[in-house]
Amino acid sequence: MLFCIIPGLSNAKEQKDSTYLLEEVLVTAQQPNRDIIPVQTLSGDELNRLNSNSVADALRYFSGVQVKDYGGVGGIKTVNIRSMGTNHTGVVYDGVELGNAQNGQIDLGQFSLDNIEALSLYNGQKSEILQPAKDFGSAGTIYMKTRKPKFNEGETYHARATLRTGSFDLLNPSALVELKLSERVSASLSAEWINSSGKYKFRYRRVNPAGELAYDTTAVRENGDINATRLELNTQGALPSGSWTFKVYNYNSERGVPGAIVNNVWRRGERIWDTNSFVQGRYTGFFGKFTTLNNIKYAFYRTHYVNNDDKQIKVDNLYKQKEAYISSANEFEINKYWRLSGSYDFLWNSLDADVYGFVKPDRISQFLSVATALSLERFSAQASILGTFIHDNIKGQQAPADKHVFSPAVFMNGYPLKNRDFSIRLFYKQSFRMPTFNDLYYADMGNSSLSPERVTQYNLGILYDHNSATSFITSVRLSSDIYYNKVKDKIVAYPKGQQFRWTMLNLGLVDIRGVDVTGLITVNPAKELYLTVRAQYTFQRAIDVTNPADNYYKDQIPYIPRHSGSAIANAQWKGWSLNYSWIYVGERYNQQENIRYNYTQPWYTSDLSLSKDFRLGKVNLRGLIEVNNLLSQDYDVILNYPMPKRNYRFTITVEI
Amino acid sequence: MTTKQFILYFFTLLIGATSCREDELVVPTEYEILGDERRDGDIRGFYLVNEGNMGSNKCTLDYYDYYTGLYSRNFYAEKNPNVIKELGDVGNDIGIYGSKLYVVVNCSHKVEVLDAHSGIRLGQVDIPNCRYVRFHRGKAYVSSYVGPVLIDPDAPKGAVYEVDTLSLAVTRKVSVGYQPEEMEIVDDYMYVANSGGYRAPEYDNTVSIIQMIDFKQVRQIPVGINLHRLKKDKYNKLWVTSRGDYQMRPSRLYVMQKKPGFNQMEVTDTIPVACSDMAIHGDKMYYYATEWNNYTASNSISYGVIDVRTKEIISENFITDGTEKEISIPYGIAVHPETGDIFVTDAKNYVSSGTLYCFSPEGRKKWSVRTGDIPAHITFLKK
Repeated sequence: MLFCIIPGLSNAKEQKDSTYLLEEVLVTAQQPNRDIIPVQTLSGDELNRLNSNSVADALRYFSGVQVKDYGGVGGIKTVNIRSMGTNHTGVVYDGVELGNAQNGQIDLGQFSLDNIEALSLYNGQKSEILQPAKDFGSAGTIYMKTRKPKFNEGETYHARATLRTGSFDLLNPSALVELKLSERVSASLSAEWINSSGKYKFRYRRVNPAGELAYDTTAVRENGDINATRLELNTQGALPSGSWTFKVYNYNSERGVPGAIVNNVWRRGERIWDTNSFVQGRYTGFFGKFTTLNNIKYAFYRTHYVNNDDKQIKVDNLYKQKEAYISSANEFEINKYWRLSGSYDFLWNSLDADVYGFVKPDRISQFLSVATALSLERFSAQASILGTFIHDNIKGQQAPADKHVFSPAVFMNGYPLKNRDFSIRLFYKQSFRMPTFNDLYYADMGNSSLSPERVTQYNLGILYDHNSATSFITSVRLSSDIYYNKVKDKIVAYPKGQQFRWTMLNLGLVDIRGVDVTGLITVNPAKELYLTVRAQYTFQRAIDVTNPADNYYKDQIPYIPRHSGSAIANAQWKGWSLNYSWIYVGERYNQQENIRYNYTQPWYTSDLSLSKDFRLGKVNLRGLIEVNNLLSQDYDVILNYPMPKRNYRFTITVEI
Repeated sequence: MTTKQFILYFFTLLIGATSCREDELVVPTEYEILGDERRDGDIRGFYLVNEGNMGSNKCTLDYYDYYTGLYSRNFYAEKNPNVIKELGDVGNDIGIYGSKLYVVVNCSHKVEVLDAHSGIRLGQVDIPNCRYVRFHRGKAYVSSYVGPVLIDPDAPKGAVYEVDTLSLAVTRKVSVGYQPEEMEIVDDYMYVANSGGYRAPEYDNTVSIIQMIDFKQVRQIPVGINLHRLKKDKYNKLWVTSRGDYQMRPSRLYVMQKKPGFNQMEVTDTIPVACSDMAIHGDKMYYYATEWNNYTASNSISYGVIDVRTKEIISENFITDGTEKEISIPYGIAVHPETGDIFVTDAKNYVSSGTLYCFSPEGRKKWSVRTGDIPAHITFLKK
């Protein structure tokens, strides 16, 4: 909460100085304030102290977010913002959106927090009009920002080595080297290896209504092992009137898929090998009143799926996805108060698989956006419209008709009081998701006549934010948003023909009403002692209103709790840091019908961590001990995917 | 409001709004009074197995009792609370032989054996990827998608397992065609419909013949692709369904019988109707078919009756009161052996409770009841 400057509307001026500064500010600001749109950020030390293995674990502390977690180190983890569905969530890695044209879902369990500096969640879209057209497209977006080198006077390099170990036979070393190549150019190389058996104990216990024990069994989760490497090279440089960055990313993994625990089946034989590689570059230029932001990316994803279970059908499939992306965003400052932007993105995706009857689709998507921003003394507003144009090609068959969708958005923020501590914001946004390649073309199940699934969002929020470095309470931040979302033409699986077969149809209609409340307070009761409490609560009523004849009409949709929340308490004193975090997810139903047979109990876990920073000459050392699921609760996030009992992690970091 | 007050209220509200975890209870049985009471005759009631979606572990058993008119939904866990993770994942068949009830639980790779009158568990027989069960001379026969992995590990042939109904031990097994489904026994030969579902588009198209005396496959007769149902009528004719390839080749119904003076079954008729499942009662065969139509993007559903003597379709719809409009996906069919009441199950969207409908022989709805997920297979319990 040290920086209240953000590169938003209210500070159009600062933004112009240099992008270098812009990025500096972004990574240092713990809480980008004054955003038109509700934003939640975790960054720096606060992020480090959370007991999180991956980005997905950290996102659980954001309001309005539900993480689907299949358990374990290698288990798939996906994120659903405000009940609109995983496919409506955009995930942006260092400025460029990550794609998965095959199923539209990004497994956030694959992204470790090792090199992540800040994690932000925007409902609606980011409060910037200078951004790629695609960034105007999602219903909500997660921004992951990796660490950028910052050199003090006289420094030419930084190096950091970290070793994590603990439960699940975890061995997770990582290293980071940052080099100052010249006054204007710097580079960093980050490497990580994760190896874990994924074995953990879980327990199923049932009692009968009389309170007598029916069964109580503890078993070890099998086939959840992971062996993964991540390599990331970043270079960045400043130009006389701009800046550039270039990134090479490679992730390789072999994982077991633990699968559902059902009667008589405690181990399965599915395995997945993933290779995700991409290169991306960015150029930003400032020319008087004109600013340009250009991105380019090429990605290759390879997934090899094998089912070795000799009781089931043998599967051995190789999927290859390619993606090429180029984007140009341009902003013009008409006057001190009014700015205008236009962006154009071109995206090409293809999917190849050695599956019988596979149509090998490829897709050309073009995005064109126009946006404007108005920033007055006590009022700011943004409006944007995005046009999306999709063209698919499929092998040997007539491709479905081209699709085009226009999606407008309006955002406003005002300060009704003089002191700017209090603000009111509102937004309206339309967005959609395209049917994925699986929805459209998956053998036997796909339906090439699908239309896009649409979402409309309305949000009204208030924010109180007060900082004073000298008083007992150094900062307070309270916010609340109420929202109403409607998902139309939701793509759902529909039974098809005889036997157990499905197709995809634009059938669903979901009505979502919710309230997010977040609060943060930092107090300074004694010298060098800081106490911070951060809490959030979410209420969501997300009901299926598709068809009154359905026996789940007006029932809460699966896996969305009505109540959920989290709290983090942190105390810092002379290099010591003690962190307690608590997550609560209320009762849910694991299928559409809200009946007893589908009822899933609430779960809540407590995590505790203690860290200490040392300094030995020029070397900084940090030791961290974490205890997760302190009370060893036995819970399932997803039915039949048991989560680990109490587990531990130890981290040691050396930095020079 | 000061900050302290706010935080106080905030947490009070949070604790008030949230509820705590309780002990996980054994899933309780639910009862419904249907009132269709009947005390005469030999039939005491019937069992219905709900398959449950794959991975959900929601295979459940329902029971209707004609003495009390009471429908018990999901009774297994309450009757057998000590069984870890209950009945299992994806039920596929049910049958009664003697005093025992056999439930084939496909994705739990087992046949669950219960006492037919009490519903109490007696044991289980582990059979990988088991599909259907039939009985003959003190033995249960279970078809399985995967037999011994010997020749080609990527395309294992299926098998039929023989289980002793007293010891519940597997006594013999025989390798048949690819992914075998239903079976019938006629004159000490077993006929097995092979689907080859794991080999799409190269489906199997044969019926395997097993000589029961030495439990050997003696022949495979080509019938049609992707075979599924195989039922015998009282004239020892076999009625065999093909699922087709879901695209160009439609579902079909075949008849097999022995030529007079010969001991060999051969295909004599192809009935030009789609057929998903059927139930034979006397000379009538009730069947339904669900076929996906790509043009209308909807399922076309039909309910018919065939006279097994003449092989003629004698009715295009055995539901006469318009109830068929309520049924979205018919998934199972059975006929009461004494009253001739017709039972049809509706699996709806496969991931919510289904419905069981009971029709009078004239095709009028007598009652309907909510079931578990994917109600599918029914077996009648004798007194």
